[in-house]
Amino acid sequence: MTKRIVVTGIGATSAIGGTAPENWTNLLAGMSGGRTLEHEWVEELQLPVTFAAEAIVRPEEVLARPVAKRLDPSSQFALIAAMEAWEDAGSPDVDPERLGVDFATGIGGVWTLLDAWDTLREKGPRRVMPMTVPMLMPNSAAGNLSLHFTARAFARTVASACASSTESLVNAYEHLQSGLADVVIAGGTESAIHPITIASFASMQALSRRNDDPATASRPYSEDRDGFVMGEGAAVLILETEEHAKARGAKIYAELVGGGVTADAFHITANAPEGAARAVTLALEAAGRTPDEITHINAHATSTPVGDPNEYAALKSVIGDRVHDIPVSATKASTGHLLGGTGALEAIFTILAIQNRVAPPTINLTTQDPDIPLLVSGDAQPLGEGPQLAISNSFGFGGHNAVAAFASYED
Amino acid sequence: MAFTNDEVLAGLSELITDETGIDGSAVALEKSFTDDLDIDSISMMTIVVNAEEKFGVTIPDDEVKNLKTVGDAVNFIVAGQA
Repeated sequence: MTKRIVVTGIGATSAIGGTAPENWTNLLAGMSGGRTLEHEWVEELQLPVTFAAEAIVRPEEVLARPVAKRLDPSSQFALIAAMEAWEDAGSPDVDPERLGVDFATGIGGVWTLLDAWDTLREKGPRRVMPMTVPMLMPNSAAGNLSLHFTARAFARTVASACASSTESLVNAYEHLQSGLADVVIAGGTESAIHPITIASFASMQALSRRNDDPATASRPYSEDRDGFVMGEGAAVLILETEEHAKARGAKIYAELVGGGVTADAFHITANAPEGAARAVTLALEAAGRTPDEITHINAHATSTPVGDPNEYAALKSVIGDRVHDIPVSATKASTGHLLGGTGALEAIFTILAIQNRVAPPTINLTTQDPDIPLLVSGDAQPLGEGPQLAISNSFGFGGHNAVAAFASYED
Repeated sequence: MAFTNDEVLAGLSELITDETGIDGSAVALEKSFTDDLDIDSISMMTIVVNAEEKFGVTIPDDEVKNLKTVGDAVNFIVAGQA
């Protein structure tokens, strides 16, 4: 028999908030996280892009120094978001062997790796810290969360670039369905606003160049969009079987009704609408729902010239003409693109959207691209009465597609 | 200019606090790194690497296992200053 999987806790830190509620409030208020970078290296290295969406709460202000110094910034963000989510879920009493971690990062500990490389070249091998490898490894966040929350069922890591943390939610769904755990700490993180990633993404013409106007640079679906804006942070969901959640009287935000993961086998960076469409279809099939039931979409919508219309093509192929009547939100306009953290953050926005019956605004819409006639707005859009079914899409370099489907929880 | 015993103890105490969060007042010459201060091998090596940098000395890996107490480390560092 299929289990019902529910969301009982949320936590997030990003450029528009240090907690999940703050993210949501600022998202509804139309805040933009895009800001000019104040680091010396921007000018020193003559970076072609001089802005990003940096997290507003710095982890070292939250975590004790001995804890923080053993974690790459990506794991610091993960721990902060996970502590918030865990507390929000009521710090559940779980058998450690029934508590799992499904986590994700797109890039891993790039800061730790490259700082250590500088140290090695400047001062020699003796000055490379013993914690360097355990800090930079991509499973560091999952391992540290397992340690912090005594999760012994499993601590798994997925790396599928910008699809990563939606994929980790789908993995958590499947692990809960298959009975490997009763509760899973799931999500993703990224701290990769680093000169090397900026230079690389700029080199491939993926980043917006609006250096003079960072706050409006991320403009999904606008005719004049010119690339994505790098973001950072982490988002965590506490996912739980309905049985376990009810037994302990937990509050329930929403139900994770299904997920789909596919691969394009098309191009290493460009995406294929067909692969994305199949991921949507798989998520709906897992949920036992039909495209006609979808009431809200949190789109991947990174604000790149090619990616945005491809996602529209995918959605239209699955949903048909009704896609034009479904309120869509492209929240990277506010948060920037958190890469491996983005899917989980958008999942939280999706959950709060269906719970509050409001699709958050898509800011920075200038003239909507006539080739992407989705129902988006610079203002919040009401989702109406009745049961809600929402999907959150994420697509990543490597041809990865992941879609999570959430529904309003009905007893 | 060479560091005195007191200066090395104070500096080492700062490194230990930074690495472990142990209050500086708990760090004293007779304290054992493992038994009293509960410092694991990775933290010990981190403190050693930082101490080498701070005091301009070399502490060979073979020597680290002989540094049982804070006093052992202070003595080694003071003696090791060229």
